[in-house]
Amino acid sequence: MSADHNFQPKIIGIICNWCCYGGADLCGVSRFQYPPHIRLIRVMCSARVDMFHILRAFENGQDGVFVGGCHLCDCHYVTNGNFNAYSMVQVFRKILKHNGIHQERLRIEWVSAGEGIRFANFMNEYSTELTKLGPIGKSEGIDHETLAFKLEAIKRIVPFIKLVLTQRLQVTERSEEAYHKFFHSEEFERLFEEIILDKLTQSQITLLLQKKNLSTGEIAHLLGLTPSEVAKHMNNSSKQGLVKYDVESKLYAIA
Amino acid sequence: MDEQHVKISEDNNFGDVIVVGGGISGIQAALDLATTGYKVYLVDKSPTIGGKMAQLDKTFPTNDCSMCIESPKFIECDRHPNIEILTYTEVVNVEGEAGDFTITLNKKPRYIIEEKCTGCTVCAEYCPVQIPDPFNQNLSTNKATHIYFSQAVPLVPYIDDACLFLKEGKCSICIGVCKTNAIDLHQKPEKRVVKVGAIVLSPGYDVYHPEVRGDYGYGKYKNVVTSLDFERLLCATGPHVGEILRPSDLKHPHKIAWIHCVGSRQTTEGGNSYCSSVCCTYIQKQVILAKDHDADMQAMIFHNDIRSYGKDFERFYQRAENLPGVTFIRSYVTVGREIPETNNVTIKYSTADEGVKEEEFDMIVLGVGLIPPANVNSLSQIFGIELNAHNFCDINATSPINTSRPGIFISGAFQGPLDIPESVVGASGANALVGELLRARRGKLSKERVYPEERDVSEEELKIGVFACHCGANIGRVVDIPGLVDYSKTLGNVVHAEEGLFICSTDAAQQISNTIREKQLNRVIVAACTPKTHEPLFRDTLREAGLNQYFFDFANIREHCSWVHSKQKEEASQKAKDLVRMSVARVAYLEPLQEFDLPVNKTALVVGGGLAGMTSALSIANQGFEVHLLEKEANLGGMALRIPTTLEGLDVQEYLKDLIRKVYQHPLVFVSHSASITDVSGYVGNFITTVKTEGRTKVIKHGAAILATGAVEYRPTEYLYGTNDKVMTSVELGEKLALKDSNLLEAKSLVMIQCVGCRQEDRNYCSRVCCTHSIKNALKLKDTNPELDLYILFRDIRTYGYSEDYYREAAGKNIKFIRYEPENKPKVEVVTEGGTEMIRVCVADPILGKDLVIDADILSLAAAVVSSAGSYEASRLFKVPLNQDGFFQEAHMKLRPVDFSAEGVFLCGIAHYPKHMSEAISQAYGAAGRAVALLSQATVTASGSVCEVDDNSCVSCGACIAVCTYGAIDFSDTNKAQVNSVLCKGDGLCNVVCPTSAISLKHYTDEELLNQIDAAIEMK
Repeated sequence: MSADHNFQPKIIGIICNWCCYGGADLCGVSRFQYPPHIRLIRVMCSARVDMFHILRAFENGQDGVFVGGCHLCDCHYVTNGNFNAYSMVQVFRKILKHNGIHQERLRIEWVSAGEGIRFANFMNEYSTELTKLGPIGKSEGIDHETLAFKLEAIKRIVPFIKLVLTQRLQVTERSEEAYHKFFHSEEFERLFEEIILDKLTQSQITLLLQKKNLSTGEIAHLLGLTPSEVAKHMNNSSKQGLVKYDVESKLYAIA
Repeated sequence: MDEQHVKISEDNNFGDVIVVGGGISGIQAALDLATTGYKVYLVDKSPTIGGKMAQLDKTFPTNDCSMCIESPKFIECDRHPNIEILTYTEVVNVEGEAGDFTITLNKKPRYIIEEKCTGCTVCAEYCPVQIPDPFNQNLSTNKATHIYFSQAVPLVPYIDDACLFLKEGKCSICIGVCKTNAIDLHQKPEKRVVKVGAIVLSPGYDVYHPEVRGDYGYGKYKNVVTSLDFERLLCATGPHVGEILRPSDLKHPHKIAWIHCVGSRQTTEGGNSYCSSVCCTYIQKQVILAKDHDADMQAMIFHNDIRSYGKDFERFYQRAENLPGVTFIRSYVTVGREIPETNNVTIKYSTADEGVKEEEFDMIVLGVGLIPPANVNSLSQIFGIELNAHNFCDINATSPINTSRPGIFISGAFQGPLDIPESVVGASGANALVGELLRARRGKLSKERVYPEERDVSEEELKIGVFACHCGANIGRVVDIPGLVDYSKTLGNVVHAEEGLFICSTDAAQQISNTIREKQLNRVIVAACTPKTHEPLFRDTLREAGLNQYFFDFANIREHCSWVHSKQKEEASQKAKDLVRMSVARVAYLEPLQEFDLPVNKTALVVGGGLAGMTSALSIANQGFEVHLLEKEANLGGMALRIPTTLEGLDVQEYLKDLIRKVYQHPLVFVSHSASITDVSGYVGNFITTVKTEGRTKVIKHGAAILATGAVEYRPTEYLYGTNDKVMTSVELGEKLALKDSNLLEAKSLVMIQCVGCRQEDRNYCSRVCCTHSIKNALKLKDTNPELDLYILFRDIRTYGYSEDYYREAAGKNIKFIRYEPENKPKVEVVTEGGTEMIRVCVADPILGKDLVIDADILSLAAAVVSSAGSYEASRLFKVPLNQDGFFQEAHMKLRPVDFSAEGVFLCGIAHYPKHMSEAISQAYGAAGRAVALLSQATVTASGSVCEVDDNSCVSCGACIAVCTYGAIDFSDTNKAQVNSVLCKGDGLCNVVCPTSAISLKHYTDEELLNQIDAAIEMK
């Protein structure tokens, strides 16, 4: 953990107009105090928060992204989009974790327009947590370039993740329990690994190869994988015609 | 009336309603009536509308800036095509009858020609005469010619009688300096006669005058001020620009005493016997605010009962009480003497522990009560209405908005001491009652608002204007506003930046409009409060200036900045800069959007067939609209069925029977019994609700909904309730009393315990009605059984308003009131003495300083009012919030008390908060008034912020169609997704599921949001 006492985290909050924004307003009206680290952006529904937005914030060096919505089942809209926001955040947090980035940097909470104190509590808690964590990248032992690389690789598969979210990671029952259960289940773990992780590794490899041609060993080293894992990916990617193996130099290249 | 030079205006003297009194209640009444489609004259005797609320610094319990929330309504009135504002005007004669009144008005000369004046105030600058400023309670001076306050409507000065020309014919400097020749020192009173169908009286109240009796040295000792004086001292627009300075030496007082009940709860000569209802909480507000100004200030509050009976008042009281250096002392006081050297004043008081003490204070604030308006007797004569024993308007508990004369309604504190939300509720209620009377005239005289044509800016370069608000001291005290303005000017495309004290004021809004035109701005940012309250106002300002309203953005530097980082000025100032920079980045990408009109279904749905729901339903029906009334039980009536009478002696059951009969007989009311809602869909103006009722399913299409789902009595788990039939709740006691239960009639001793199940951690609110309820039962018991030994164990007796008289009566009838502390609640056990079973109640008496043991035949528990399951259900179905206690959360505590923030859904009755019947009836009319204001519109306007599809990017995957439960998206002929803008609600879920980002929510596009995110980091 960071020992930099002067560290002030930078946080972006994207919150829904109907509940969380109202809660943040009531927090002000009630004069509940919290640290001045967060900059709030208003959207109509937490469902509008896109993975692209979160990635952009992290790319810009924000230390945290806070998503605020109505309580589940209390969404202002019949679309109940906050469930979608919840799913997206669960998947995204897992991706962060897999990339060695503290998943706490992305947080989603529900605050109703009547819960000013709840908003203040979250702000205080979250600021403390992020202050303890320290700056993004640095506190994870990831240098700037690597962080940018990791985020870029994620960004490239966002359209894919969106498809997975709507097609493979749907929870049939719209209740807090059901969602919580699913996203903490082994099934989710398995789906995540099989579908998303695979794609993510592929994306990272492609990104590496776009810069220069690399050997299996080099790729394995750069991504912290075993050579056999890389070989498996390269095999698949070759079949899909994404990469090609240059026999002479014994290096992989973009097809 | 001045008979000389009487001029009669000839034009435009035929209207629907005259509203007399332009305080917050009159303003709301005028707005509701005008929106419903009536032509309204809004008359005020002052030079501006605004009333007492304009003088307040903040409003409890949210501590919203009073002027900030009221002044947008001034502008709304001013701009409303159906309202004609007549200030400095009094009604001198009323003739005719309901439906056809002839009103004679006298417009006092303000010596300024309103049509010519631009409000530039050069005249005030040059005026040589200083007068005490009435708006600042004479604590500072102003010029003989001046604008009443800076947000005044109309924004025109008036000339006081102290003017040298008017007095001695001497000076006329102002005439010389006025560029528009707007000054006419020879102006005479003008008479005008208007004809209307109905009158709404909202003359408000006055504050008690302690100078008459010299209460607590007021008028003699300089540093004794009234609470209204203190309100001005607190205010950023006050005599010392928001610094609390005491009158004697203009130094900061560090030790202040507040004295409760000045002029109220007194039967002595010159005092008022009633409780003024608002003082306890306004004093707590003043303490909190004074501590905000000076954290080291010491406050002592001398009080009787603390009457925190309103919504969230209990928590507010705790907030004040828990501040460091604040002491609440339950003691009567006398003012001792003034210390000659310091002008400090001493107070003598006594406490149980320490006996009589004398203590010195830098300043003393008198919590003065509310009294009838000064001209109440002439009001009563001119309008031909009866007054009650307290000289307020005589009203009936079941028709609190009617006066004794048909066609004349009242709203606001002329009903008796009232808080702002109740005054606003009454105003909307007056709209409902006028609507019942004048339904045939609705819409006949009304006009539409016309905006100038929108400027096409598509070829223009970006020209952004930034307007930063001090909000008095609310923002300016924390955030460096001049610095923010300077900074804004350095941002790309910002061509104009300026600051204002109150940007929401009439002149400031007008000024923004002018600046937009002059500087040809095409994007506007206001850095101030929250868009949730003020965005409509500024969007309107843009439209006035011929700019598309979607070119506006708010930077919230108050709720999200100065108020939550009040101790970190530097960081807050930086954050404000960041927020403005983010706004600047965002507005660059804003597009002009068009709104469109949707038809309004003319039917209302009322959920809950109790007193409130039935009253609302009947009023809406009486105004000519179809109403569906849903009741979950097999019978109408709700909680009121269990209340035999009121404190004032109304036979509730007779009244209910009559009301139920009227509901059933009304051809426009359709009642569903045993009803439960299974589904609600749609939106304002076009809801579809599915109801299961008596074995069948009804699908009801409606334009508005009123939720009146009631509340229930808490079932105590304490004090042996449920284990012994001698223990009952006070509602049960009331029922048994009505049935003349023999156990009750034969009882020798009866104990009532107040605050059972509330005013404690898990239910941290006061149930408001229980004190009155217990006193009602107690008086009845004493009537039938004078020998009965009766004890009421209480924490604070909260008989606010006129109920105080009954409390006094009870105390006079040897009903013993014993106060207990919450940490030392009464103990109750069953004992058997001489073969008789008794309930033994043991309570510590703080006055006697010993335990008191009472053996009672009956124990009555004043059980809390708790929210009903129906409210939770309705909250879920209609997607409206509940507060932490399970009561409906209105859109705004003060000014939108019966609206939900979800448009088209309204609330009333005890589902909102515990309340007495007359209050519930008033609120029911209020909700009906608000609902009809909506139903009487031909159309509602739908947002321009809807989704659109880029055909080239759409891959026809259908993901957006699958998630849009509004059914707003389908495939076009070319198999691309297409959006039906009428059905699109603009949540934007479809945007994030689209793998190709082909669908985009206007006003919240990726481009707009990503730029905002980018700008959060300052590029150096």
